[in-house]
Amino acid sequence: MSAVPISWYLTLSAVIFALGVAGFLFRHNIITVFMSIELMLNAVNLSFVTFSYQLKQVNGHLFTFFVMVVAAAEAAVGLAIILTVFKNRSTLNIDDIDSMKN
Amino acid sequence: MDAFIVISLIKIAVVAFVLLTAVAYLQWVERKVIAHIQLRMGPYRVGPHGLLQPLADVIKLITKEDMMPSYVNKPLYLFAPFIAVCMALLSIAVIPFGPTITVFGYQTNMQLTDLNIGVLYILAASSMGVYGIALAGWASNNKYALLGGLRSSAQMISYELPMALAIASPLLVSNTLSLKELVGTQSGNILHWNILHGPFPQIIAFLIFLIAGFAETNRVPFDLPEAENELVAGFHTEYSSMKFASFFMAEYLNMVTVSSMATLLFLGGWEAPWPAAYGSNLIPSAIFLVAGLTALYHAANPARKMDKYTLPVFGIVFLGIAGLFLLPLVQSWLLPLFWFCAKTGVILFFFMWVRATLPRFRYDQLMGFAWKFLFPVAMLNLLVTSFLVAWFS
Amino acid sequence: MDVILFLIFAIIAVVSAINVVVQTHPISSAVSLIGVMGSLAVLYLLLGAEFIAAAQVIVYAGAVMVLFIFVILLLNAGAETKRGRSFMVQLLGVPLLIALLGLLVFFVDRLFPRSVTVHFGGFSGGSAQAVGRALFTTYLLPFEVTSILILIAILGAIVLARKELD
Repeated sequence: MSAVPISWYLTLSAVIFALGVAGFLFRHNIITVFMSIELMLNAVNLSFVTFSYQLKQVNGHLFTFFVMVVAAAEAAVGLAIILTVFKNRSTLNIDDIDSMKN
Repeated sequence: MDAFIVISLIKIAVVAFVLLTAVAYLQWVERKVIAHIQLRMGPYRVGPHGLLQPLADVIKLITKEDMMPSYVNKPLYLFAPFIAVCMALLSIAVIPFGPTITVFGYQTNMQLTDLNIGVLYILAASSMGVYGIALAGWASNNKYALLGGLRSSAQMISYELPMALAIASPLLVSNTLSLKELVGTQSGNILHWNILHGPFPQIIAFLIFLIAGFAETNRVPFDLPEAENELVAGFHTEYSSMKFASFFMAEYLNMVTVSSMATLLFLGGWEAPWPAAYGSNLIPSAIFLVAGLTALYHAANPARKMDKYTLPVFGIVFLGIAGLFLLPLVQSWLLPLFWFCAKTGVILFFFMWVRATLPRFRYDQLMGFAWKFLFPVAMLNLLVTSFLVAWFS
Repeated sequence: MDVILFLIFAIIAVVSAINVVVQTHPISSAVSLIGVMGSLAVLYLLLGAEFIAAAQVIVYAGAVMVLFIFVILLLNAGAETKRGRSFMVQLLGVPLLIALLGLLVFFVDRLFPRSVTVHFGGFSGGSAQAVGRALFTTYLLPFEVTSILILIAILGAIVLARKELD
């Protein structure tokens, strides 16, 4: 057997996505939560590229490209926000950043 | 298929051996060059003219006690030098040293592998190299190391941009991402090299690439991450013996990569400056002939005691190499190799020359220079190049 | 060969992804995330997406993650302290997550039969040239819009970073 079923790639993507969701839900550090989002985006990228392979079209690659660009922009702004939050509250724990809550 | 694997393995072994030896000797050359610029002797006690110094250094580094500070983050502390060397070695895989040649009936490239995204591959490998330094700085759990790591990651991110933009403009002229084809588009004579050729000669891009290359390899005048008078030794303060040597090797390997990239992108790779029909194939022989005769002349009037014995040997070796370049059998692969090594060597010499000449930048000057000067100039250069390429094609 | 390569890098990706989630120190998570991105780049190569693989390493692993590590170093973020989680997450988090994963895998299995396979070299339309052509013809407008997005992101980052000075 020399070929990999396409469902394996998609399952891998699903597993990584689920792990990203788990990190997003269970972690308390903002930076780790942010990294979990990146993990989910990566999982989605993998399925885009896999679909692109299946349909023999380049479009999936383009979507991946745009996701990357947006992720880069998001990382720049998000990390700037994290820096500001840390300067103002000197904590990275999401439970402590609750001034909007009542 | 089997022949392909065997040839690939042989090529990998040869390239790795030659490269690592070259890196060891590069350090000897650097010490000699800087010493002579500063009117010193440089290493000369171990072997004739200190030629065995690299060997002595390697033995010293291997046998030194491997210190492991108790407060470091162990996994990352051990991982960092490994990643630095790996990423530095990875880039060599796609660098072509010569054209396709035929050895014992097998056609093979003088290159480990020809990727059609070769340039992107090198950019990727070099961008991953930052982690070795940043993680080493963090895992050492030492304020000087941390500051060194922080500085280097900021510096490398900043200089990657002008570097990528400077790489992009010759790519527009050559219209390929494969390093082998890149050289193919510059064949002929010196006027076809990307630095002089095309609708817009890439001399500005070449200079930006070199300056950014200095910063990427953490060399003087951009060696802020390891500025010894403020940061002890920067990110590798806590490293000793072979782990320290790994960072050292990574720095020199990166120098080799940057120099070969400059050669391939701008200076026509292994192409001779003018066609062999006009005698460019005699240049290597002539250079080695002159070197051999000089050595023999000095052997006749020895300045030092040992010169009586060492210089004749060098003279005869040089004359032998000069003769080798005249053999038609080996000329086909020796000449491209010579031109590639010569061009790379000139740039490496430039690295050393700058190190011996220029003082270090201040940190804010360094960042300001990257963002306020290099980046806009690289951008403008790319813009003008793309307009002219679109206009003339 | 394809299966071996896929399994090696899939296992690296999954183990690193688990590591991202379970490590308490953000820098360990970040290094594991780089591992995920690197192995995904290899999988992209297996799928014939060479340009995307290079972009993945340059943009994601090389630039975005350096930014993350830079911020972690800058804030000298320590290990996460154990804290009581909210009741809902504690009770329903893991079961719901497993349900989500099960659902995804179920649909994947139903929609993509085993006979549809991937082999290296089966799709060669992912070269830099092909991606570039599509980017500057079909996807020109989104491309230009993302450039504006990046410009806004740069401005936003600068404004946010400056604000703390006063």
